[in-house]
Amino acid sequence: MSKDKNKYQSRRDFVRTAGKVIVASPLLVIPAYLVRKTSVKGYVWQIDPNKCTMCGQCKTNCVLTPSASKSTHAYKMCGYCDLCGGYLRQGVKTISTGAENQMCPTGAIKRKFIEEPYFEYSIDEKLCDGCAKCVKGCVDFGNGSLYMQIRHNICVNCNECSIARTCPSNAVIRVPADTPYLERT
Amino acid sequence: MKRKIPYILIVILLAWHSFIFAQEKVNPHRFPRPEFESGYQTPTHQLFNQRGQLWEYFDVMILVAALSVTSWLAIKKRSRRGLIWMSVFSLAYFGFYRQGCICAVGSVQNISLALFNSSYSIPLSAMLFFIIPLVFALLFGRVFCAGVCPLGAIQELTGFRHVRIHKSVEAVLAAIPFIYLGLAILFSATQSQFIICRYDPFVGIFRLNAPYTMIIFGALLLLAGIFVNRPYCRYLCPYGVLQNIFSRFSSKHLTVTPAECTNCRLCEQCCPYDAILPSDEMKDAENRKTSRKRFIVYLLLIPVMMGAGSVLLYNVAPSLTAVNSTVRLAEEIRLEKEKGIEAATKAAAGFKESGKTEEQLFAEEAAISERFRKGAVWVGAFLGLSLGAGLFGQTIRKTRTEYKPDRGRCFSCGKCFEYCPVVPSVKP
Repeated sequence: MSKDKNKYQSRRDFVRTAGKVIVASPLLVIPAYLVRKTSVKGYVWQIDPNKCTMCGQCKTNCVLTPSASKSTHAYKMCGYCDLCGGYLRQGVKTISTGAENQMCPTGAIKRKFIEEPYFEYSIDEKLCDGCAKCVKGCVDFGNGSLYMQIRHNICVNCNECSIARTCPSNAVIRVPADTPYLERT
Repeated sequence: MKRKIPYILIVILLAWHSFIFAQEKVNPHRFPRPEFESGYQTPTHQLFNQRGQLWEYFDVMILVAALSVTSWLAIKKRSRRGLIWMSVFSLAYFGFYRQGCICAVGSVQNISLALFNSSYSIPLSAMLFFIIPLVFALLFGRVFCAGVCPLGAIQELTGFRHVRIHKSVEAVLAAIPFIYLGLAILFSATQSQFIICRYDPFVGIFRLNAPYTMIIFGALLLLAGIFVNRPYCRYLCPYGVLQNIFSRFSSKHLTVTPAECTNCRLCEQCCPYDAILPSDEMKDAENRKTSRKRFIVYLLLIPVMMGAGSVLLYNVAPSLTAVNSTVRLAEEIRLEKEKGIEAATKAAAGFKESGKTEEQLFAEEAAISERFRKGAVWVGAFLGLSLGAGLFGQTIRKTRTEYKPDRGRCFSCGKCFEYCPVVPSVKP
């Protein structure tokens, strides 16, 4: 009887060991299979400015409030215009810094006089909420020097970016973490 | 020759003009860059980087260290207090400091996305976060759940009461994580959605910043968790399914008693997860013939259930495709084309601007649906297999002479330690 019981025990042990091997095998197979597709550097999310259609969903769809996606200024491309499509609303009566004239709903774009007739525009990131209205204005009427970029000092790098999930032009893409910003061309 | 000179000049002029014209076309600026006379220097927009990449590997090191300490606390030291402090640490570090990202629970989707899509390459840290807790589960049981997972930790620290749930209800609810895991893998493999991350209940609390639905869901789960401990781990967590399977085959596992069990039954009611298997030496052995018959019937039922699951999911797949944004867009465009309902969403507007043809879109949709069908068959087989294996497990005759934890369900939380009166014999 005791011998019989021993045999029973060992059969159960055999099943256990077999189960262990079967369960453990994916832990070896998956890394071996994915070894060529593994990147050591990792990825972050970024907006491709050439695909962006300035729909304004970055503002509302980021898991953070305010959004990690903010307007960016490529000064090299800027025409330093007095009548700036990104700074002023369409059809303004006077070109002035009055709130009723400004495109930006939060007043995040600052205007500075450089020399006649040029003005420098800079973005106060603390105020920018990513609505992309200035970007649309600049692309429609100016050089397109304003563009949207996800700020990596704010972005929490979600596994699936919730802006990417709803972006109508699939402009939010994964980029290598060592070159986290894209340039407007 | 002299008469040809004007023509040559004209040709040269035209060439020169076209050259200049081409140059101008390359430059897209409507307004040329001004030449400043006041010595103005063009600034550059300051863009900040993330914290360094090395930090992600620091997180991996912390993960390994935390898992090792938790295993030692659960198996060797047998300290409930120590495990609570581990939970506090993990909640503080992985939860509030690292804000719930990177996490092992969500890494399942990265693995699935990388396995089934050639375009995505998985970050090494995500891979390590997936593999390492499972290796520990295979060695020491669910120590990851006990004190390392921030989602588990926040529930562990807020579970004050313990209300028993009827076994039948528990059995039904415990099936949800399997379905959740199957769907999560299917949706990420088809590049549709990362549902685990999207419906993560506590990440909003960690970040103190999230859509309000996320916060409400998390708060409700925490409230329920005060009475029914660890509701997310038990009835939702998809990574818990893997932990459950791996832990069943663990080499070592936490035990209720430090030495030999005296069958005093003091620990019988203490486990909030009903994960202590009672000793059954008193039970009369069942008729061998009927139990063997049942054993065979249930063994044969496993492939039947797998088949049934596959057929079921294959037929459900078309309605599941709606989670994919491309499929939704295609549906919208089709409605506009056939029934004249205007496609007014931003996705549709983006599609119309993109210059992609409808045929391309519909072809993409068909490809995605095809992938859904293929994947759904496997998910169905997996669900059938887990249900079948669960039922089959009931038919195996077990004789236990001691109270011990159910290795699959036990979270190694150590609540049972203090209920056991047995004192370990001191070695001379």
